[in-house]
Amino acid sequence: MNKKIATGGAIMALCIGLSVSFVAVGDDDWWGDKDRSYGERTKSVATVMNKAYESECGACHFAYQPGFLPVRSWVKIMGSLEDHFGDNAALDAPTGKEVLAYLSDNAADRMNQRFSYSILRSIPEDAAPLRITETRFFTREHHELPNRLVRDNPKVRSFSNCQSCHTQAAQGSFNEHSVVIPGFGRWDD
Amino acid sequence: MKRIGIIFLLLIGQPAMAADVVEDLLNGYRSEGAGPFDAAAGRIRWQQQHLQANLEQQVSCASCHSPDLTQTGKHIKTGKLIEPLAVRVNPDRLTDAEKIEKWFNRNCNWTYGRACTAQEKGDLLLFIQNY
Repeated sequence: MNKKIATGGAIMALCIGLSVSFVAVGDDDWWGDKDRSYGERTKSVATVMNKAYESECGACHFAYQPGFLPVRSWVKIMGSLEDHFGDNAALDAPTGKEVLAYLSDNAADRMNQRFSYSILRSIPEDAAPLRITETRFFTREHHELPNRLVRDNPKVRSFSNCQSCHTQAAQGSFNEHSVVIPGFGRWDD
Repeated sequence: MKRIGIIFLLLIGQPAMAADVVEDLLNGYRSEGAGPFDAAAGRIRWQQQHLQANLEQQVSCASCHSPDLTQTGKHIKTGKLIEPLAVRVNPDRLTDAEKIEKWFNRNCNWTYGRACTAQEKGDLLLFIQNY
């Protein structure tokens, strides 16, 4: 009898414990609950730390942090700069080499950071996406946004303009709490 | 005497002057047979529309840099903000010859689909400097 009560109690305690932990995990799905144990506890991607990358690439568009894509993507991008999404963005050989080395050394698959790991997990192993916006991680985080806020919003126009809405983007922080959509205000889902 | 010394130190600590950099570049273009240069011609060129094949629309320098050089521009494709080109509001401009040539190369190809001639570069440079 005592044994039965003890067993029942143990099972009940286990159930309560499990449900509480699921609630806790599900509470904040910023990087996906499975990644909790992985990597440095940050909610951001490592900031850009290379002058050549900042001045050469960041002159025309937001200097996307290297931790957003795996090495194989950066290699593909840097190998096709003559046709960089329709524009010629060719660099001289030494600069190109320096930028590629920086991007590769700090790519998503070289960073022990959960943010980067979440992105990496969302990319099939045989794929080398050229656009961050193509990754499943990205689409999952932005699927709720209607076109009028981004594509049809003249102050944003494209999901590629991170810094238009992510006010801390240059610091590597893409937390939704710092999102301000031009013409619409804060965004909290 | 001490004050003169301080002023002297301040002077030699200054980065390259836009006027010197521009003059050197203009001399280079002259040696290629171009000149005399005309800021008014540069002004016209600044706004002159060209069909950009990739974008399938008419573009000019002003499309991204804004017609008013004292204003912040905005890249028409990426939306990236571009610091003003006018030296009087942005003293860093026209102080680096290598950077100027790099951007002539990139932006002439982007806007016109070809490299700029020495004459075109000289006119544009003078226009930007005098703005």
